[in-house]
Amino acid sequence: MTDSKYFTTNKKGEIFELKAELNNEKKEKRKEAVKKVIAAMTVGKDVSSLFPDVVNCMQTDNLELKKLVYLYLMNYAKSQPDMAIMAVNSFVKDCEDPNPLIRALAVRTMGCIRVDKITEYLCEPLRKCLKDEDPYVRKTAAVCVAKLHDINAQMVEDQGFLDSLRDLIADSNPMVVANAVAALSEISESHPNSNLLDLNPQNINKLLTALNECTEWGQIFILDCLSNYNPKDEREAQSICERVTPRLSHANSAVVLSAVKVLMKFLELLPKESDYYNTLLKKLSPPLVTLLSGEPEVQYVALRNINLIVQKRPEILKQEIKVFFVKYNDPIYVKLEKLDIMIRLASQANIAQVLAELKEYATEVDVDFVRKAVRAIGRCAIKVEQSAERCVSTLLDLIQTKVNYVVQEAIVVIRDIFRKYPNKYESIIATLCENLDSLDEPDARAAMIWIVGEYAERIDNADELLESFLEGFHDESTQVQLTLLTAIVKLFLKKPSETQELVQQVLSLATQDSDNPDLRDRGYIYWRLLSTDPVTAKEVVLSEKPLISEETDLIEPTLLDELICHIGSLASVYHKPPNAFVEGSHGIHRKHLPIQHSRSGATTSVIPSQGDLLGDLLNLDLGPPVNVPQVSSMQMGAVDLLGGGLDSLVGDKILLITTCSTLQSAELVLFFMYLIVVWLPAVKAKGLEICGTFSRRQGHMYMDMTFTNKALQHMSDFAIQFNKNSFGMIPTSPLPIHTPLMPSQTIEVSLPLNTIGPVMKMDPLNNLQVAVKNNIDVFYFSGLIPLNIFFVEDGKMERQVFLATWKDIPTRMNCSTRLRNTVSGKLQSNNIYTIAKRNVEGQDMLYQSLKLTNGIWILAELRIQPGNPNYTVRELPQRLSLSNRGISCFLTFPFALDQGSPTFLNLRATSWVLSHTTGTPFDTLF
Amino acid sequence: MIGGLFIYNHKGEVLISRVYRDDIGCLSTPYPSWERNAVDAFRVNVIHARQQVRSPVTNIARTSFFHVKRSNIWLAAVTKQNVNAAMVFEFLYKMCDVMTAYFSKISEENIKNNFVLIYELLDEILDFGYPQNSESGALKTFITQQGIKSQVRDKDEQSQITSQVTGQIGWRREGIKYRRNELFLDVLESVNLLMSPQGQVLSAHVSGRVVMKSYLSGMPECKFGMNDKIVIDKQQGKGATSDDSAKSGKQSIAIDDCTFHQCVRLSKFDSERSISFIPPDGDYELMRYRTTKDIILPFRVIPLVREVGRTKLEVKVVIKSNFKASLLAQKIEVRIPTPLNTSGVQVICMKGKAKYKASDNAIVWKIKRMAGMKESQISAEIELLPTNEKKKWTRPPISMNFEVPFAPSGLKVRYLKVFESKLNYSDHDVIKWVRYIGRSGIYETRC
Repeated sequence: MTDSKYFTTNKKGEIFELKAELNNEKKEKRKEAVKKVIAAMTVGKDVSSLFPDVVNCMQTDNLELKKLVYLYLMNYAKSQPDMAIMAVNSFVKDCEDPNPLIRALAVRTMGCIRVDKITEYLCEPLRKCLKDEDPYVRKTAAVCVAKLHDINAQMVEDQGFLDSLRDLIADSNPMVVANAVAALSEISESHPNSNLLDLNPQNINKLLTALNECTEWGQIFILDCLSNYNPKDEREAQSICERVTPRLSHANSAVVLSAVKVLMKFLELLPKESDYYNTLLKKLSPPLVTLLSGEPEVQYVALRNINLIVQKRPEILKQEIKVFFVKYNDPIYVKLEKLDIMIRLASQANIAQVLAELKEYATEVDVDFVRKAVRAIGRCAIKVEQSAERCVSTLLDLIQTKVNYVVQEAIVVIRDIFRKYPNKYESIIATLCENLDSLDEPDARAAMIWIVGEYAERIDNADELLESFLEGFHDESTQVQLTLLTAIVKLFLKKPSETQELVQQVLSLATQDSDNPDLRDRGYIYWRLLSTDPVTAKEVVLSEKPLISEETDLIEPTLLDELICHIGSLASVYHKPPNAFVEGSHGIHRKHLPIQHSRSGATTSVIPSQGDLLGDLLNLDLGPPVNVPQVSSMQMGAVDLLGGGLDSLVGDKILLITTCSTLQSAELVLFFMYLIVVWLPAVKAKGLEICGTFSRRQGHMYMDMTFTNKALQHMSDFAIQFNKNSFGMIPTSPLPIHTPLMPSQTIEVSLPLNTIGPVMKMDPLNNLQVAVKNNIDVFYFSGLIPLNIFFVEDGKMERQVFLATWKDIPTRMNCSTRLRNTVSGKLQSNNIYTIAKRNVEGQDMLYQSLKLTNGIWILAELRIQPGNPNYTVRELPQRLSLSNRGISCFLTFPFALDQGSPTFLNLRATSWVLSHTTGTPFDTLF
Repeated sequence: MIGGLFIYNHKGEVLISRVYRDDIGCLSTPYPSWERNAVDAFRVNVIHARQQVRSPVTNIARTSFFHVKRSNIWLAAVTKQNVNAAMVFEFLYKMCDVMTAYFSKISEENIKNNFVLIYELLDEILDFGYPQNSESGALKTFITQQGIKSQVRDKDEQSQITSQVTGQIGWRREGIKYRRNELFLDVLESVNLLMSPQGQVLSAHVSGRVVMKSYLSGMPECKFGMNDKIVIDKQQGKGATSDDSAKSGKQSIAIDDCTFHQCVRLSKFDSERSISFIPPDGDYELMRYRTTKDIILPFRVIPLVREVGRTKLEVKVVIKSNFKASLLAQKIEVRIPTPLNTSGVQVICMKGKAKYKASDNAIVWKIKRMAGMKESQISAEIELLPTNEKKKWTRPPISMNFEVPFAPSGLKVRYLKVFESKLNYSDHDVIKWVRYIGRSGIYETRC
């Protein structure tokens, strides 16, 4: 039987002839005709005009013919919706057929016909098929629900098909389960309720059971679905992992990769020190290596994923670098990916081998590959310091080959090596200069010019070399022009006597003859600098350059975490989040790695008021804090309150909220960190963004800041200054940013602080005004200092003194606040000390003392009701005595501000309310 | 999920096109416009691209194309979603397997001849872009080239088909009968080596496959055993006699990793390390494995290169066969690279034939057969053209090809037991054949 003949007809009257044949009396003839129609459709001819004739052939008991007609229907029904209705009867009839294959075929095809009128008729048959006795029909119906949802989501919900699908998860047939899971997963991607599957331990158990029994494809659906589940604790995570690990030995690479995804995600939840964690890491490596012996396309997918895994958990594959060595017969895309991973795995231990390999690769044929290999050698030099020398000599060998693109690429990376290790390898400059003439790519020319300019004093004929470039100045690319300009200015500053003419020439070329504003501007700046103040010019142009970083092309950590959640999928192949290449409503739910729940008891009881107080918690982009200290949601709330500009609602509660959140986390982190707040947004500061937080560590206060350069130019000359403030807080050292901040670069600094500066009462009290200067401008911002960073370590008052002091405080100022039970230890870690404890009227009373950096003592009485451990913060203001709002702590303060010896010469109690609205003027206290 | 699947010939003409999803384009008149666009986009950007293909996944206008090539036929899967990429490729491979199972070679002619069948298959194994059971054994029961008349089949037969397609053993149909129950096991290994001139092993690994051909009746339960170190150590731990351990313990091998055909019960392997399964009928690959320890290197290459002045090289290469003298290696080929400026070569070899191939820049030395524990030698004088290039010749490694009748990893099949309780045959009645073939992978010695 040869069907190829159907492809060959192309006469003019073809359609007409087909029409006649379709209406032929003989069955066989009609079948032949339908085949011809399908063949014509395949090659792209429009055969839609035959619609009624083809549909007429539908009533047949020949399954093959029926399938062909269905195929035609699926393609053309949308263009002829009215005609398509003709087919409905036949479909509905087929859905009742005694043959399950036909029932399934009918429901499968109906789902593919995207015509509203037909969809209406689909509901009843579909409902029956979902409960069909035959699993083949049920598994087809499950997918059909997803089809219907794609056409009319509302109808699927209204008809209760989602519930039917959920019921199928408990089906006895594993393939039905798998298809139901696939359908639900897809629907939930575009559904507002992302947990349509209702993943709970029972359902997970059902899925894990089906996993052992269904087809390879079904296993993939189930594993992909499992990866979206967040186990409630490490025990559950471990038991799921145990049941997923056997899949790593499956021959289907997609099953393996999906299993890897589940394991990589759940690893986050397992305690690092546990045996199981380490066993699991060991188990992951062999299957990943085995993926590389598959077909090249799968190897490619595997390599793209391994690239992510190596960045996330380098320990898994660090011993396996050899398997990433390139084979002669690998397709180019596999070679390039392997090279990438080799560099990531390169370390001191294996660098000799890696270099030997890279040197081999640099003699291959494929230009891209060779270039990448040469670049890789440079990256090795920068990454592994011990190997730098060997790398440089390898690069020199390669330059000797005189292969044009090898030489050019080598020179570009050598420039980077010079930047990383200044004054080490300059002896090779002579060799580089020999190749000056062969450079024809802008990158390489610019690199060479930069080298000549930078080391002009060591190159005798630097002026000649640079002059040679000057001849065709206007034909050069901008990059080369700019570099050349700078290089000649450098040369002039180093050897002013011989090169005056040259520098004048380049300045006039750049300023007068050029159309490029960048070039002109730079030219003018140099010109003016040189003509007004050569000393400053020297400082500017020949200033010390910042070192370049080691890892340049790492994927940004939050993106990396998201991509880990997409292992095996297209996102992991493109290294882009799905929304970067998927349109529409699919993938609206971004995926995060699971966050390890803290294992202390402290978090088990959550303060109920959380929701009210921390209303805008949701707006915080929490990101996945993976390895950072665990931050409970309560803390984040506190931070948000502190940082987000205290509005009238919460201004009074700072102290207590911070204390409470400290209680929550005290067992985990001794002194909790505040979440970072953006103090200075980039739009307000010409591209400079500062975010940060205050903290107290080992008795010292710090301002931890992150500077990000979002502008296109680099920033330098940073300085910081504080305005006078309530606590006399000033930085103890200048801002530790010594290197210019490159565009899109980020730098983290920790500024030590003390409180010996001038004091002025601020409003609110803990307000701090800061000025930051850089080479562009001066910027101002203000932030609120969390009070507890001022609590000093020696805030424990003698019991007697405490009692005496306490009594001297007028009762009218007495005010009590309540906190949870067993808090003293936790308080203490934040330098709030419990002095005494007693029981009054069934309530525990805690007497606390704490001391601020400026020597002010705060005494407080905490009343605890044993039966009500979750005493809430919210109710506090009702018990206030002095001010209507805000917490009050009573405080006494020493007359002398001498911090070393707090002597209570004149004990006078004043209320000091931590509120910007009701605070008594601070300076009246003195 | 997969939005559409297309098959092209080498010219970029569409032979098969099946669209599963609307999102990849509107399927309205006159002919699905998107589909044509996508079809053309792929042709222009991939099939007709001048450059070598740079990636098996191409993104054109937010549409992703996955392709594999078989001879000069292109299979392309298209999607607009974030699909499981590994799955799409595995599916395309599977699709090729299924087509091969139906009409052997994948060629333009065969595809055109079977286009109705292919559409039928595509309808069955991909539903809304979700791969369904795609085991050719099961598919062949209800998708045939003859076309089934729906009413012919009785009800039992129908439900048998559906239960197999959806069942746990989708790769085998029931009711298979053979007069002679027979099975063939092939252990196929490729041994890879990189050796330094001094004879130090820089890297060596074996990647092996166990391929099975089974002609067994009914639904036989099989158990496969090999000299896996973990299993054998475990058995000895259970207090086997010292005789046993002397017999088997020494020859156990450490397997780095293995993967199995989907018929193997993985959870059982994970917990007990036993390989049990109900095999598909006919040819299939039971497992793949990788070993790196205690590899028997069948050949050792000892190179000696001496530069005599600037225009002459003397090369002497000795190969030693390192296996039992009773075994014979076949198809031995040694490639000795020569410098680019070679002008003439004189070769003398003790055994086989040797020739200088200028186009390959190598001396190729072929020996048909060689017994174990033997040694053979070749010596060559290479005349060089004087060049003024300072660049030294980098001396690529000497590579080797061969085939030996044993497994270089040391893997031994210990047993393959067959149990079929319903039918009337026992393990003893099954005729079993085992064969070991070791081939060279990348087998190189630096000189």
